[in-house]
Amino acid sequence: MNQKVYKFRQIVCRRGFKIQKGTFLLKKGLAEMLKGGVIMDVVNAEHAKIAEKAGAVAVMALERVPADIRKAGGVARMADPLKIKEIMSSVTIPVMAKCRIGHIAEARVLEALGVDYIDESEVLTPADDRHISKQDFKVPFVCGARNLGEALRRISEGAAMIRTKGEAGTGNIIEAVKHIRCINEEIDLLQNLSQKELNEKAKEYRVPFHLLLAAKKLKRLPVVNFAAGGVATPADAALMMLLGCDGIFVGSGIFKSQKPYETAKAVVEATTHFDRPQLIAKISAGLGEPMKGLDIKELEIRLQERGN
Amino acid sequence: MMTTIGVLALQGDFREHIEMLKKCKVNTAEIRLPEDLKDIDGLIIPGGESTVMGNLMQRHNLGREIIKKHKSGMAVYGTCAGAILLAKDILGSRQPRLNLLDISIKRNDYGRQIDSFESELKIEGIGNFSGIFIRAPVIEKVNKGVKVLSRLNSKPVLVQKENVLASTFHPELTRDKRVHEYFVRLVRKKFMIGV
Repeated sequence: MNQKVYKFRQIVCRRGFKIQKGTFLLKKGLAEMLKGGVIMDVVNAEHAKIAEKAGAVAVMALERVPADIRKAGGVARMADPLKIKEIMSSVTIPVMAKCRIGHIAEARVLEALGVDYIDESEVLTPADDRHISKQDFKVPFVCGARNLGEALRRISEGAAMIRTKGEAGTGNIIEAVKHIRCINEEIDLLQNLSQKELNEKAKEYRVPFHLLLAAKKLKRLPVVNFAAGGVATPADAALMMLLGCDGIFVGSGIFKSQKPYETAKAVVEATTHFDRPQLIAKISAGLGEPMKGLDIKELEIRLQERGN
Repeated sequence: MMTTIGVLALQGDFREHIEMLKKCKVNTAEIRLPEDLKDIDGLIIPGGESTVMGNLMQRHNLGREIIKKHKSGMAVYGTCAGAILLAKDILGSRQPRLNLLDISIKRNDYGRQIDSFESELKIEGIGNFSGIFIRAPVIEKVNKGVKVLSRLNSKPVLVQKENVLASTFHPELTRDKRVHEYFVRLVRKKFMIGV
């Protein structure tokens, strides 16, 4: 750990008790509090309030939702700080924001703004082919992953939360399903490996041995793992929870649907009660048109291939 | 008969509470709908987002059933968001709550996530304990009959009234089961409420 980071973690409070900030436990801890909840993409204060009222556990402040980023093309960057501040002051739930992969300066700006979580996201245009060293920050990071190696590499860089990459802005769940299934299967595979084989696996994945061992012992990732990239309906959310995700990110799925508030509320309830199909049947009824969605085969750009 | 403690599993870190309760050797149950409350002796409301849990509690009459069950003797413990939901008075907010503990509480009063912190605490009857505060609320005022078991910078962080316990920190994120054991003892004591 570098000197500067060390300094702000060791602050002595008046009573003489040592107070520590920005520890990994605190970063991971906030993600634990979000479990079983839905994090919604919002582009302004009005959307943020609708999301909060519908039961979002946090909001992701963005310039545009992924479906519109796809349409607009060009370089997608961090949102305008003015917009992020506007959203932060309009809700009491945590506010997250996205920075480009490898863009340390954008991440520092977001930290200075006081956002609660940073998503180093493939949805924005990458600024580097390497990811940010996230342990140098006081604010926690979430990163996308398609498989166990990718997830553990992000954790070893300091990510305190993982989400599937899926294929953002498509309203098509198939990629997110493949990613969580892949992670689950690769963790299952670890169970029968010898010490030597595990060592080789750690080398193959380019991850520290202790992280691989933690995944093996816990039979899941050592941090909270959410679903993202393609969730559009309450049943999509329930599907990802059934596959073992800890919670749900919904991007375009809410505000590109015919009835955003009703859809948001139903997705929240389906995430909590994912194991009760009769209840999901009831809350899914009469929600109107979900977002239209895209076929993965017809995509020009696959966002999930950014950052590895 | 073995004690069963339920953990409200609408949202939040309920898994950590359940793991902690298992270490205390009690039966556990995940509570999502009113029928899940049937066989439990105590209830933990975990950390999470108090607005979300409050809303979801209203949707299937779960909140009302919890209050009813508490009146017939069920002990309750709330951590962080759970403490907010137990409070009578949430400063500056009209969000849904259970109103089982006569305290005034202020949400996110230490600041945003970058101000979240860990600090050593001294707890009455338990001793030194590692306090984990994540976007934590501050208990501004405790009213008559509410006992303060621990303070940080003069503000209460663990309070109790009869069989209702509330902390603004997260013992479930540590490896230390002493606060949970304290709650298990409360559950077993079976206070007579309102007599």
